[in-house]
Amino acid sequence: MSTAYEMVIGLEVHVELKTKTKIFCSCSTEFGAEPNTQCCPICLGYPGTLPVLNAKVVDYAIKAGLATNCTIAKFSKQDRKNYFYPDLPKAYQISQYDLPLCIGGWLDIETKNGKKRIRITRIHIEEDAGKLIHRQEGDISETLFDANRCGVSLIEIVSEPDLRSAEEVVAYLKKLRSTLLYTGVSDCKMNEGSMRCDVNLSVRKVGEEAFGTRTEMKNLNSFQFIARAIEYEFRRQVEELESGGKIVQETRRFDEVSGKTFSMRTKEDADDYRYFPDPDLCPIIISDEKIAALRAEIPMLPEERKERYIKSYGLTPYDAEMITAELKFADFFEKTAEKTKYPKLVANMLISEIFSYQLEEDEPIKIGAEHLASIAEMLGSGRINSNTAKKLLSEIWETGADPHKLVKERNLEQISDRDVLLAYVRKAIADNPKSIADYFNGKTSALKAIVGKVMAATGGKANPIIVNELIDIEIKELR
Amino acid sequence: MKLIDYSVCQLSELLKSRKISSRELTEAYLEQIEKREGEVGAFITLCANEARKKADQIDKMRASGEKLTPLAGIPMGLKDNICTKNLKTTCASKFLEDFVPPYDATVTEKLSDSILLGKLNMDEFAMGSTTETSALKKTCNPRNINYVPGGSSGGSAAAVAAQEAAFTLGTDTGGSIRQPAAFCGVVGMKPTYGSVSRYGAVAFASSFDQIGPITRNVRDSAAVLSAIAGQDPRDSTSVNKDYSDIGAQIGKEIKGMRIGLLREFFEKGAAEEIRTSVLSAAKKLESLGAEIVDLSMPSLDYALPTYYVISASEASSNLAKFDGIGFGTRAKQYEDIYDLYCRSRSEGFGAEVKRRIMLGTFALSAGYYDAYYKKALCVRALIINEFKTVFEKCDVILSPTTPTTAYKIGEKCADPIAMYMGDIYTIPVNIAGLPAISIPCGCSASGLPIATQLIGKAFAESTLYRVAAALEDELGDYDTILMKAGIKA
Repeated sequence: MSTAYEMVIGLEVHVELKTKTKIFCSCSTEFGAEPNTQCCPICLGYPGTLPVLNAKVVDYAIKAGLATNCTIAKFSKQDRKNYFYPDLPKAYQISQYDLPLCIGGWLDIETKNGKKRIRITRIHIEEDAGKLIHRQEGDISETLFDANRCGVSLIEIVSEPDLRSAEEVVAYLKKLRSTLLYTGVSDCKMNEGSMRCDVNLSVRKVGEEAFGTRTEMKNLNSFQFIARAIEYEFRRQVEELESGGKIVQETRRFDEVSGKTFSMRTKEDADDYRYFPDPDLCPIIISDEKIAALRAEIPMLPEERKERYIKSYGLTPYDAEMITAELKFADFFEKTAEKTKYPKLVANMLISEIFSYQLEEDEPIKIGAEHLASIAEMLGSGRINSNTAKKLLSEIWETGADPHKLVKERNLEQISDRDVLLAYVRKAIADNPKSIADYFNGKTSALKAIVGKVMAATGGKANPIIVNELIDIEIKELR
Repeated sequence: MKLIDYSVCQLSELLKSRKISSRELTEAYLEQIEKREGEVGAFITLCANEARKKADQIDKMRASGEKLTPLAGIPMGLKDNICTKNLKTTCASKFLEDFVPPYDATVTEKLSDSILLGKLNMDEFAMGSTTETSALKKTCNPRNINYVPGGSSGGSAAAVAAQEAAFTLGTDTGGSIRQPAAFCGVVGMKPTYGSVSRYGAVAFASSFDQIGPITRNVRDSAAVLSAIAGQDPRDSTSVNKDYSDIGAQIGKEIKGMRIGLLREFFEKGAAEEIRTSVLSAAKKLESLGAEIVDLSMPSLDYALPTYYVISASEASSNLAKFDGIGFGTRAKQYEDIYDLYCRSRSEGFGAEVKRRIMLGTFALSAGYYDAYYKKALCVRALIINEFKTVFEKCDVILSPTTPTTAYKIGEKCADPIAMYMGDIYTIPVNIAGLPAISIPCGCSASGLPIATQLIGKAFAESTLYRVAAALEDELGDYDTILMKAGIKA
């Protein structure tokens, strides 16, 4: 049933800018401080205080805009978004409404289905709200307020509803994240909340033009949760429609434990933020010279690097996309690739091995470029097989040992001597008549067991290509 | 001559030459407050002891030869919406009765050498024209205590008129300095928007609000404005300019200057005795060699609704922070968070404030925004442009400050529209962000002050003071005007 439906997703991504001070005052923005130690009368909205825009915020937002192919507005303004909530001391958030700083950009993503362009509607600057901490002690439940985040500078990046799967969403977010990281305007640390994502999702029958009613899932803060939330919400909406129900426009919360989404509030339509231009702030006027100067400061972006990896190192677009997604991997790849004739093998090991370690955002790569290059070199030249390469990598990751030394000490070199291997092959065939019988009965995969036996007997060192060849020859003779 | 009879400019000299001490001057003012405050009621908070301490400190500094500002040691008062560090700043609201700011407004800092006698009464959150919307205090007009002092800076004007302070500061959003100055027979100046920092003045309508001086005469006004004007990095709307020449043209003759009279300001609205008095002021200027130019500005008809839509819209947002969570007294009982907001705000705000919050919330609401707020912004642009055109044909505009003299206490409370109409001459000035000064120009048969308003081009305060001083030199201050009219003060 669900094949008849497709999901339509647009994202609103909030990214905390790397400014040392807040957007409208000089309070520090450092993460992890004691509650309410980084606030002042201005970010607390004390009566009589006034906001003064941090010029760095505009610079960073423009850079983010340029890096995502946006047009920079020569004239933009800041507006007040009015609503009552205890995390908002002024009872309005200073944001941008109808004249945002950046408009009409895009990012290209690469998934297994190929390349796709995701359009960006706009990027605007705004201030963050404070943090509420709900606490239950015995019968008393109370809510505490931490103002450290009040007035932290954010950009909100709004995409068009161009995304059609969780995979595309994650690819887009990774691309956005890498682009911003490369540009140096944000840390994009999802675990610290410096990158948060609101997912607007609706479903429709494949082939339909009109959009369905969407729901919004707010503040998702890991790629894994985002993917799970999307899959769940897609199924929920399809099931709702299939059973004759209707989708209600609402905000939903994703519960990380159950993996389900729950309705938070359904009065989205009733919300009226009464936006109007903030009379305490002047319009933001940007000159061509300013834009040119900021453009000059933007380093090579992931998209460019990706093209280079495809051209210079012969990587597939998908592999290049994966590696450039994070600056630390891209840098590591480049450093390693320079030291070996086998950059593709380096890419393979990065993607199939190191990526599977699932490093945290700030966790370092615990193998030197030299060492990985050596492994690639040995693998490429046939000195070791891929099985050994994998084992070496995981061992060096833990111990930091030298790969050449390990290979020598443990005698891990690949056995490619045909005569030596032929003996192993013959023995394996003789010892496993059932597998051979299976093979002649049409089960071609049965020969894999023979390969396995040879590998086991050689301590994993046999050259798999030669082993396969020899088995083929022997089998033919048996026939 | 008693110490309190000296002007700010005279006191500055007397203190500088150490002919008098700030302490004795402060005592003189405290004595006057003791005498008059009972019936006038200008102050919400008095800080006599702190004032004495500060005066001693200034005297000591002066004795040791430290460099002091021209207004050092002069006793003054601040409207109670101007923040004072560690001193209650109530906005005359029950809601902020106990609010003590941890910072000074920029103007408070700039006047830190002066002696702060206390904080002055006002209409709640500066919304009102009589000071009767104050939730904390009743202020009477010192010229006749059966009358209101005007508003919203009623306490500021009354204190100067009653000689309870050498000068005061008020805030002017739609006439809140000029109208009470007019009602109390003193000089009130609303500077160009952007010339005085708004940092630390509790906002009513941010795109209109300006802080300005209330003084006994024009020269004092220029002296005080010179002390508080200037760009402030804490206020993005403050303008970087040279403000040092504000009083420089005072005393220059006004021969050849063009004084504009806007037809719309004289055709309707003004009481006959006001019209007569203001036109005779125009004649005085003509006799000094100025040229009177008759002009028209049709968009003025829309000034009042434009002002009330925009100012109420801004106010609805500015006052939202008073919600009983961070600021404002929290209701004692409530069901949930929204109930807490509702009850706290229902209990905390007075009727006039609520009226404007509701008006502004409505004007900004989806479905009404275009018809009200957006339209009002368009009219505002129109008015600004028409002022520009008018100022191609004249240097200064002369008008009444108010259509009537002071109201009897309680007279206008029940009729907000009538009260709003009292601001028809002052409001267009705020819409365009222009400077304007109100000076006494006559008195009514019953002895109440009548005032004229001079409006200048943006940042042309020096021209405004030049003309205002020339007129004041002809007419004298309000006591002189009364004397000439044969009415005993």
